[in-house]
Amino acid sequence: MSSVATNSTPLGIGRVPVPSRLSGTVRFAQREFRDAIASKWFLLYTIAFTVLAVGVSFLSLSGVGSHGFAGFGRTTAGLLNLIMLVVPLMALTAGAGTIAGERERGTLLYLLAQPVSRTQVLFGKYIGLAASLVCSLCIGFGVSAGVLAWRAGGVGVGAFAMLVAFTALLALAMLSVGVLISVVSRRTTVATGLAMFAWLALVFVSDLGLMASSIVFKLRVQEIFALAAINPLQSFKMAVIVNMNASLDVLGPVGAYASHILGAGLPWILTASLTAWAVLPLGLAALLFARRGSV
Amino acid sequence: MIRAQSVTKRFGRVEAVSGVSFDLEQGRSIALWGSNGAGKTTLIRCLLGVIRFKGRVEIGGASVRRRGRHARAMIGYVPQELAFHDDARLGAAMLFFARLRGVSRTRAAESLAVVGLSGHERKRVRDLSGGMKQRLALAVALLSDPPLIILDEPTSNLDAAGRGEVVETLQRLRQAGKTLLFASHRPDEVISLADRVLVMERGEVVRDTTPVDLWPTEKPVQVVRLYLTMASESAAAAVLREAGHAVHLNGHGLCVAVPRDRKAEPIAALARQEIEVRDIEVLDDVEIPEVKR
Repeated sequence: MSSVATNSTPLGIGRVPVPSRLSGTVRFAQREFRDAIASKWFLLYTIAFTVLAVGVSFLSLSGVGSHGFAGFGRTTAGLLNLIMLVVPLMALTAGAGTIAGERERGTLLYLLAQPVSRTQVLFGKYIGLAASLVCSLCIGFGVSAGVLAWRAGGVGVGAFAMLVAFTALLALAMLSVGVLISVVSRRTTVATGLAMFAWLALVFVSDLGLMASSIVFKLRVQEIFALAAINPLQSFKMAVIVNMNASLDVLGPVGAYASHILGAGLPWILTASLTAWAVLPLGLAALLFARRGSV
Repeated sequence: MIRAQSVTKRFGRVEAVSGVSFDLEQGRSIALWGSNGAGKTTLIRCLLGVIRFKGRVEIGGASVRRRGRHARAMIGYVPQELAFHDDARLGAAMLFFARLRGVSRTRAAESLAVVGLSGHERKRVRDLSGGMKQRLALAVALLSDPPLIILDEPTSNLDAAGRGEVVETLQRLRQAGKTLLFASHRPDEVISLADRVLVMERGEVVRDTTPVDLWPTEKPVQVVRLYLTMASESAAAAVLREAGHAVHLNGHGLCVAVPRDRKAEPIAALARQEIEVRDIEVLDDVEIPEVKR
């Protein structure tokens, strides 16, 4: 080791820099974003989503002879199911690994020993991961839009932007749930397992459960709609369909009821439901993380 | 610099730290001494404010509970093992912590130079040796030139040369007026670096003393490691302490500091109590300097 002095101008007590809350959060977000886009999962998910999105777009347009926005509408219907399957999986697993991974590697203690609060660490990591997920989705959608423009001769820009925006909101909501899982899990394997369970529950079990409940408990149509609206995936699906100026009648009596009773308020209710899924689990995660007695 | 009052930390039914109180003035240094499980690491985590605890800790007048960020800004922390992402490059890792602490890129380069790691910026953390990793942790700790350095057994994973380098750097920091608090298993480090020693057992501070009082000899001392059956270790430690030896259990036998010309003395003391010693190892690389009285 070389020189003796630690600094030519010692700072002393009271002169040590204390970074602002915003600055700390931004640093963690930047680092998380860089780490995420350099990781294998980012590459894998981006390639998988892009290939599937392009595949769905291509198949939706081939052989039907339709062009322009009509073709895009069919493609969106195909993409919806793909998004509902793949995006929650991407976001839940990415979120689940974030805090549990740091904890398992022993790096969390070291990060928390820096002049930052637990909330800064959590929000910074969330923002960084959210940005990387949105990037990944944008790549998939971008290539898909290219295919649409080439095959169908054009893309309804507004409708496409709306699809991307709602998909990003769904990703943020699922990431929020993933981060909550990560905060309460001591090991990455446990967090990933819980994330997979949540994915299965949201994608498959809730749909089947709703169908079964409606038969067994003879639920009224408004109750079925309420149960569907609190499911983030169903909210996403209905929000996209409604915002494409399509009627929810395609979803049967429940959709017809929602369109008829709620009218212009329906898109807002569905967007609020999705937003609540993005905000509430993250808020709960921040609360639990801040109150945690150990690292 | 540090004011700890009645610091208590429980993990379930186990009280890992029990009512620990002490003050440490600026520019002074204190060692936490005790066996594994004595509560040293938990106490350090309480001082850093990274775990919840009962009691009160102030760093430079800032409560770690209420003004944690301000308190931690005054602390440079060196863990037992470096906790960086293995894939990170040394330069990028330094830059991240420099930005986090609100210091410049230039300062990051200076810190690396202080610990002799200039020129290694492109290396990945996983490719660094144990000594280099520990020096990197020290470089991060020095980034914002904090007045207090807290170290949790900083040399436990290093070879003799690595230990020497770290101890030498810490001595320079002491001379530069830094306040040091460190946990250690090694009498030589404690004697070289500490003004005071807090001896911890089962979460409590059982003695607040000085290295001179803890190792009361003017003769050069060596550390002898005695291997006993697990069941007899506690009893053996009590016998040796009764006989006036500085003893600690570290999970790998019983370490006893003895004068160089009386290395068999602890074995004889144990034999008198019919405690069998299975093996003995003289730790040649532990050089304890002559204690200045």
